Amino acid sequence: MEAVEVRKVVLDIIEDIALDEDVSNLNDDIALREQLDLDSMDFLDIVMELKKRHKVEVPQEDYPRLATMSSCVEYLTPKMQ
Amino acid sequence: MGLFKEELKITPPMGRHFDPLDNTYDAIIIGAGMSGMAAAIRLAMYDKRVLLLERHNISGGLNSYYNRKKRGLDVGLHALTNFAAKGERRRPLTKLLKQLRIPYEKLELTPQFESLVSFPDVSLRFSNNIELLKAEIAQNFPKEVDNFERLLKHILGFNEVALDNEFMMAKDVVDSFISDHSLREMIFCPLLIYGSAWENDMDFSQFVIMFKSIYLEGFGRSRGGVRRVLELLRERLKEVGAEVCYRNGVKEILTHGDQSIGVITDRGQEVIAPLILSCAGFPETLSLIPKHQSHSSKSPLVGKLSFTETIFTLNDRPKDLGLDKTIIFHNDAQSYSYQRPQDFYDKRSAVICLPNNFIDDDYQEGVYRLTMMANYDLWRAIHEDKSAYNDKKNSVLKDSISIMNSYMPKLKSEDITFHDVFTPTSVERYTGHFGGCVYGSPDKSRDGSTPYRGLFICGTDQGFLGIVGSMLSGISMANLHGLMNQTQTASSTESMTTSPL
Repeated sequence: MEAVEVRKVVLDIIEDIALDEDVSNLNDDIALREQLDLDSMDFLDIVMELKKRHKVEVPQEDYPRLATMSSCVEYLTPKMQ
Repeated sequence: MGLFKEELKITPPMGRHFDPLDNTYDAIIIGAGMSGMAAAIRLAMYDKRVLLLERHNISGGLNSYYNRKKRGLDVGLHALTNFAAKGERRRPLTKLLKQLRIPYEKLELTPQFESLVSFPDVSLRFSNNIELLKAEIAQNFPKEVDNFERLLKHILGFNEVALDNEFMMAKDVVDSFISDHSLREMIFCPLLIYGSAWENDMDFSQFVIMFKSIYLEGFGRSRGGVRRVLELLRERLKEVGAEVCYRNGVKEILTHGDQSIGVITDRGQEVIAPLILSCAGFPETLSLIPKHQSHSSKSPLVGKLSFTETIFTLNDRPKDLGLDKTIIFHNDAQSYSYQRPQDFYDKRSAVICLPNNFIDDDYQEGVYRLTMMANYDLWRAIHEDKSAYNDKKNSVLKDSISIMNSYMPKLKSEDITFHDVFTPTSVERYTGHFGGCVYGSPDKSRDGSTPYRGLFICGTDQGFLGIVGSMLSGISMANLHGLMNQTQTASSTESMTTSPL
């Protein structure tokens, strides 16, 4: 999967989790939780959805790597080859 | 509160494809209370095979409803606390809806008009905007204005969900800010009666949770009342494929040493699962384990607080009789006594709920509900003696009417079209909670753990309060014990999953 597709994967997940949020103007380099109403429970859901939809496992020590959209893409792209 | 089985129009139980030959699940949930349903949704959302067992023929547990004479009446829940408007961030209600993937609009939530704390010489109005309460304090307790501001600042700066908070009695903390005894009692009154499992005081962290949920976020009501909330949960359970079995509770929890391994249902089926989440209450859950020593020092106490509730329907809406308050916290003494009464019930104080008086009124008639503290043991003792029991119910009814008349002097007795009285033994009968207790055991299990591995508590006895708290409890416990990597210890994952408030 290309980086741009991985971005789409993450965006789709966030859109489904944060039902009432507008995700069209995300800044990829600013922490997701600063731009959206996401807390630790929602990050658990991002991890759970990645596993459910794409069979990607994210161990807990790697959760900080999901902080921004850029870091998500950088971390997940090699895992989704 | 549960419901009166014989009066029920039975809703068709859904998902009854429980197969006794294929008896292994990822998780068993004991009880279709709000927390149990929320937990089942979370686990089934992530492809766990979940079996939800409920002894009664309908869901809701302590917050339910019943039908009588073609009327649908809520019992238990007066109002949804933790009100949030659409799009309000970082609110418990918003978190809960996100976790269950329920769109805000589906709740059809309407805010309260305003509520009242009513003491002998002074009353305080409050609404979902804290400014009204501040103005009322300025008017009635002018010397306390700055003190209340300082208390408010302390509350806003306090992290009530931090797990290392020291236990502090809330009255000691509040007394260090507020000097007027009446004002202190008035502030505590709604917070105690809307959720404290302790008598007359509470832990300061719990106080802050309650303060925020009632005075800062406030009251709301779903169109259709508690039914709407339960419908939404049932809809989600079906969508995510959880198996739900009504009229089939858990008779016994099977253990091997200190590990739980499964359950035996009321109908005698054996079901095996590595994870059991119970919203039946802490002492109630442990009592399902035959070998458990219920008198050991580690066993949680049975709560002491139970209630009577009187429900009236009226020809007129309370508003048309001059009463526009949503909830009235009525107290007839200088201090507020929040404890198990010496007598059958305590008529010195009551909580009055007027569900017509939310902004959007969807009732066909006037409704008036009145809750008083009651002594379970005394009610239990006369329960078999029909005439003594009915006499006491009648005296509850009479006192409820006299309190009602003090707020609605224009009401005539012929305007009451229907009335019904619930007692502590009704609560026990329909919810299975020992002692008819409504806010559970004073011994909470914040991380849900029990003396048995694989068995966890959710709901009231896990310690979150109100129906929003209850559903968040189910969600948090499912996240922590069912979805997080099982090799991680509870303490390392706690901050991720159990601090939704």
